[in-house]
Formats: sequence, structure tokens, C-alpha cells
Amino acid sequence: MAPKTMFEKIWDAHVVREEEGKPSLLYVDLHLVHEVTSPQAFDGLRLNNRRIRRLDKTVAVADHNVPTNDRDKPLTDEVSKAQLEAMQRNADEFGLEYHDMFSEKQGIVHVIGPEQGRTQPGMIIVCGDSHTATHGAVGAMAFGIGTSEVEHVLATQCIWQAKPKTMEVRVDGTLGFGVTPKDVILAIIGKIGTSGGIGHAIEYTGSVFREMSMEGRMTVCNMSIEAGARTGMVAPDETTFAYLKGREYAPSDADWDAAVERWTALRTDPDATFDTVVTLDAADIQPQVTWGTNPAQVLPVGGRVPKPDEFESSQEQGAVEKALAYMGLNGGERIQDIAVDTVFIGSCTNSRIEDLRAAAAVAKGKQKADTVRALVVPGSWAVKQQAEEEGLDQVFTDAGFEWRDAGCSMCLAMNPDRLAPGERSASTSNRNFEGRQGPGGRTHLVSPPMAAAAAIAGHFVDVRELN
Amino acid sequence: MDAFTNHTGKVVPYDMPNVDTDQIIPARFLKKIDRVGFGELLFYELRYEEDGSPKPGFILNQPQYAGGTILVSGPQFGIGSSREHAPWAIQQYGFRVVIAPSFGDIFRNNCYQNGLLPVMLDAAEVDTIIARAQEVQGYELTVDLETQQVTDSLGLAASFDIDPFRKENLVQGLDDIGLTLQNEGAIDAFESTHS
Ligand code: SF4
Repeated sequence: MAPKTMFEKIWDAHVVREEEGKPSLLYVDLHLVHEVTSPQAFDGLRLNNRRIRRLDKTVAVADHNVPTNDRDKPLTDEVSKAQLEAMQRNADEFGLEYHDMFSEKQGIVHVIGPEQGRTQPGMIIVCGDSHTATHGAVGAMAFGIGTSEVEHVLATQCIWQAKPKTMEVRVDGTLGFGVTPKDVILAIIGKIGTSGGIGHAIEYTGSVFREMSMEGRMTVCNMSIEAGARTGMVAPDETTFAYLKGREYAPSDADWDAAVERWTALRTDPDATFDTVVTLDAADIQPQVTWGTNPAQVLPVGGRVPKPDEFESSQEQGAVEKALAYMGLNGGERIQDIAVDTVFIGSCTNSRIEDLRAAAAVAKGKQKADTVRALVVPGSWAVKQQAEEEGLDQVFTDAGFEWRDAGCSMCLAMNPDRLAPGERSASTSNRNFEGRQGPGGRTHLVSPPMAAAAAIAGHFVDVRELN
Repeated sequence: MDAFTNHTGKVVPYDMPNVDTDQIIPARFLKKIDRVGFGELLFYELRYEEDGSPKPGFILNQPQYAGGTILVSGPQFGIGSSREHAPWAIQQYGFRVVIAPSFGDIFRNNCYQNGLLPVMLDAAEVDTIIARAQEVQGYELTVDLETQQVTDSLGLAASFDIDPFRKENLVQGLDDIGLTLQNEGAIDAFESTHS
């Protein structure tokens, strides 16, 4: 048999129907649903008298616009309320498992999937959210879909997909002190650009990912979409198995051994080739800070914001000028001289227990700057509980940070957590697009320790230089 | 879904790379639970002042581009979030076609699902179209899906690629679910062999 990549093995195992030159019909093992991209899909089902084909492979959760504080009070935002109510109604009517904001299984959809062991190696996983590739960290093919496709998967448990090309992103070596998985993925995006991965499924390989924790792999896979890729994945290994073992929905007992055997066989064959290969040296990666309005506009923390005339084409110059104007920067300033007024630690990129530990380690025993509002929003109830058991909530509140309930929060500002026009954040989320964290808000993407350090200093600092 | 065969209409040249879905439709408008009313919200932040009055400089507010049905923009149009509200907003504003040198993957898929045609042309061809639309009052293009050609009255003839499956569905206005359910036997068979 011809050698195959992990992606090809997963793909081939899910083909329901294929025809040369056309998209393939693929079977979906897990469909995650949330309140924002689903209401119109349920409407479509109702209109056509269709049901959900596999309730056992579908689960819904409220995350995008749930409030992260005062949950016992009535919702003040009428529209959020309408959307959450619609989710409840649809779940009831179609018999769908649904975790509302009071459920102990609630959290950001991409945090709860792996955490509950629903996300497993070899699966095809879809969700009406572009950061679905997060689940690829366990060795699954996970990708975001639109509302029409949500409706399609609900009705058929299948999805039409054109086969992407394969890309290997290899990072070998050892990461320096203070360099996190977030810095790795930002450096990758900085290198290949926001379109570098278009039309590709990425597999992250090399010693850096082998040595990385599951949480770290999730952070990396999460932002595959920011490099334009359809999906991103890491081959399952002992770290993966240790992470999944004993989780509620993971296989147990005799099934476990069989599963591990199956999962092990998913790894890319030694002689398989990728359509595109990109390599980075771990030693070159430093803590990263974005300066512009897309995630590829990123620099090491020791850098200076670029000026438009450092770019060649007039289109690039125009784009940089526009980004600088929006960000309220002139170009030429040192990253570390940029002051922030808001710090957001959270989102499906960086809200897992390890992220909170890393941020807490920096904040411990310190005080946030007076000029800064700092928010810590755990990714799920389970993460929140774990953090509280470890006393992290106390570390944060002692340092003057707010400690919130689980949700997407300021990642996309659909709930009341948002930036005012002109406010500037250090954020552990994944998008620094214009208006992403509120109209006129200015976002700099960083790792959790870099965000905590910025909260304390009131401006960006190199986390490696803190004592 | 409306069928798409060919379309002639006025061009709106939005000469900007990396137009992401947060610009196309800001997240705070995603809370609606119905599928209509997104046209007025298209490019909201760029298009309106804080008090809701139109920003005179923005392309959609310039009278010469009123009534445009073909949006032409820079590379990587539609990158970012999976929100299908982005193609809805574009379509409900009145556009039938979006032309760019490249598109975000999910956005392009979402366009097909809604009968909005994403057309990928070479960067040089896009530049020509943008320049002509900026110079020629009422500049129009014809987009013929069957022959996969974009033409104007000044001699432009650019051909584009499209996946034959997507093309067939657009031309017939076919709904994906109906199509898939024609394969229900294959889905049943798959399920019975994969527990
Ligand atoms: S945290 Fe942000 S990126 Fe992640 S699912 Fe929520 S809104 Fe999407």
C-alpha cells in the first residue's frame, strides 16, 4: 500500500461517496453546535420537515454570547437572550443534548470537546465555528463550517468536502525560556502569512510538538485557520493517550486498548510525502506580539512596529498604513513602549488550565497597573473549578484581575465584555481584526504570560526579563 | 436557492486586501435568529458614523456605485470567522458576484451554499477591473457561469475556474441536503459498517 499521511488516513476512512474531480461526501463523527451559527439551520430543518440524523453524535453548548458574570441576574441584552432561548427551544424540539450556561459541562465548545473526551483521534469533527481545528490536537480532522452546512450535517451526518492539499509544518529544536505554544503558532503565521495555508490540511511535526502538552497542541491547532488552513493536526502519542484516558466520553476498559492500537496506526507513514513543507527552528522563536490588524502582522517582543515604506508593493503599503491608522500607531515605535488599558486572558486559544497557570505564575504576588482592566475568563466550568482548587482565582484577584465564568467573552465581544473605541488590549485570543473586540477596539495578540506581564507593567514587556 | 447562470451588473471596486468577515459583518450583529435584514449591516463599521449616518468616503456610500451587483476586491477576501452572515449580508445588499484574486476557504464554501458566486481571477485582471470601475462611470461586467467567463465592453475577457460540482448545483439552484439525501443508501451502509 502506498504510504499515507495521517490526514489521508482519516479522510479515506470517512468517505461515503466519491467521484473523480468532485467533492467527496464524508461521514462526521462529532458535530458540535452553539447558539450563534445554528438558529437558521434549525429553521431550515423545520421548514423541510427534517430531523437530526444522529443525536448521539451531536451536542450543543452555549458559549459565544453568554455573560461571564452575574449569571443569576436576568439577561440584559435582548438579542443574546433571544438567541439563547432559541437554542433551548431547538434543543428541546429536536431532542438534542444541550448545555446551557448553568450546566457543569458548559464552556467554550472547543474547550469542552477534548476536556470531556468527546474529541478523539481519527475522528472527523465539525462545528459552525472557524476555530474547530483546535480538536485536531488529538489527531482528528476538525474544521469549521457555515450555517447551511450545520443544517446539512444535522440532517445527513455528512458533509461535502473538496480534498485539501497536505502541508507539514515542522518545528525542531527546543523552545527557549518564556516561549509558549502561542508564540510558536504566531511565529508560524508570521512566516507563512494569513494565506500560507489556504487549501491545505496542516500536520504539525517535529520535536517541539512531540514535547508539547495537549493544551499547547490545542493552542497551535486552534490558530491553523489564521494561517488560512482548512484544518491542523498533531499525531496522537503517549501524551495524547494519557490526556484522554479516563475522560467521561473516552473509551474505557477493553475498548481502551483497542482504541489506542487504532489511534497509533493513524500516524503518518515514514515514507509519506506532503504537498508543501515548512520548517522553523525552535531556537529562533521569541515571545510574539501582533502590531496590526491581522495575525500575520506580528513581531518578536524586542521589535519595532514597521513603517509603510519598509514594504514593497503599493498594496502592502496601503494595507500597513490602514492597519497603523486603525491601531493608533505611527510605525517605528518599540513594541515594549506600547501601553495597554485592557488585558484579556481567555478564548478557545488560551483558556485552559495550563494557560491560566502560566498567567498566574507571572501575576503571583504582583499588582496590575492602575491604568489596566484585566479579565480572566476560564474556558469551561471544569477549568474554572480546577483553577479554583489550585487557588489560581485568588492569585488573580489578589493581583487585581477580574475572575469570570466560562465563555467566549472578549474574544469576539458578543456579550457585554468588550473594548470601547480606541481602547487597546493585550489579548490571548486569536484575532486582531478591526472591531473584533468591540468597534474601534485595538487588539494585540500575545501568550498568557505575556498578557499577565502587560497587565502588571501597563505596557508590553519581555516576559523573559521578569524576575 | 436561486439558480445562477449569468449576470450583468454594475461593479463596486473595493480595493483592499484581506477583507475579513469581521469587517463584512461585525460579530455583534450575529445575534439575530432569522436570515434576513443583513444587507443594511454590510461593512457596518466602515460604512456608518457612530450616530448611524453614512460615512461619505466609503465606497458603498458613493452615489456612482449605488445599485452595484458585482463586488470586486483584493486578495484573501472573506478570511476569518465561519459566519454565514457574511455572504448573507453581501447578497442581501444586492450583490450576486464577488470577484477577488483569492478567498477565505469557509467563506467561499458559504457563498456556494447561498447562490452567491465567488469568482477568482488573476491579480492583474482584478487590478484592471478595479481601475476601470474607478474611471468609467457605470462600469459593468458580465459574468457567465456556463462559459466561465468575465467580460466587459472594453475588451476584457477573463476566464475562471470553478469546481464542476459547485457549478452544477449553482446552475440548477440545487440544495445540498436534497442532493445528499439521494445518497441515503450509501450513508446507511457506511453507518452499518462503522459502529
Ligand atoms: S473563544 Fe473566540 S474564537 Fe473561540 S469559539 Fe469563542 S468566539 Fe470563536
